[in-house]
Amino acid sequence: MESNFNLNGKIALVTGSAGGIGWATAKTLARYGASVILNDIKSKELLEERKQEIKRDFNSEADALQFDVGDFDAVQNAYNDIFKKYKRLDILVNNAGSLFDNLVGMIRKQDIEQTFSTNTNGVIYNLQSAARLMQRNKSGSIINIASIVGRVGNEGQVVYGGSKAAVIGITLSAARELAPKNIRVNAIAPGFINTDLIKFLSPTIFNQRLNSVKMKRIGQPEDVANAVLFLASDLSSYITGQILGVDGGMIM
Amino acid sequence: MDNIQKLIKTFTESLEIEPEIVTDELSYGSSSWDSIAHLALVASIEIEFDIMLSSDEVIDMSSFKKAKEILGKRGIQF
Repeated sequence: MESNFNLNGKIALVTGSAGGIGWATAKTLARYGASVILNDIKSKELLEERKQEIKRDFNSEADALQFDVGDFDAVQNAYNDIFKKYKRLDILVNNAGSLFDNLVGMIRKQDIEQTFSTNTNGVIYNLQSAARLMQRNKSGSIINIASIVGRVGNEGQVVYGGSKAAVIGITLSAARELAPKNIRVNAIAPGFINTDLIKFLSPTIFNQRLNSVKMKRIGQPEDVANAVLFLASDLSSYITGQILGVDGGMIM
Repeated sequence: MDNIQKLIKTFTESLEIEPEIVTDELSYGSSSWDSIAHLALVASIEIEFDIMLSSDEVIDMSSFKKAKEILGKRGIQF
């Protein structure tokens, strides 16, 4: 029986895919047949290694584009490259993100600007260019990685939470606007996930967060990647404008 | 079909207007050329001429005359 998760022939761009959730997502989409375009702001060498790994492990097409998602011109140039090479884009995963924690009263202007540049502006820049490529084929799926913090808030995360709440607002509006073009826009709100972003947490905070997860385990990047796979695939072809929590029943 | 005919065709089909209306005076906001039709027009032009326009070009394309100028800068001769 043919898998409903079959992504053969689909072109997918995953931003921030050198590590963590983005890397797990890129591998999952490749495993199910998509040609994956990796992106990160990190070193070209690392991206090239990741690209070769995808090609080797999944016998799949892969590409790597190094650019800053918060740089408007760089994003446009990247989509020009995608257009020239593939003439299409089927799946966009807006995953690139920057974590900034600080209490109210200790937030600098540059911290706000940098966090919003990556987490929020970058989502709009990519979504806009992707939608223009997708509308040519009257089909596409855009998945924005938000956060549980953008839904319910968290102490010390006014900036990060604000930037991720904005991602939810972007998702809801874009879903309404792009539905007539058969472009679906959904978001995933991960909870406590085992990535580099949490390795600086103190043991006390780590345990506090873990205790707030009803399933009593930390989420793995693959848990989020599997949700992305569902939203990228035809199994979710009638689903748009939804915010899917991947949080093990977490209460902040 | 030469380039000017191709461009006129994208305008007539995207805006659902007659070819004789497609002159240099045709501008955004006139006839059926609203914001929704504009994006359909842009997509149609991009497919016809196999290019991807920048956001600034999409916004600046406010008339048939301007469309020719923008495409001209992309090496498409009229």
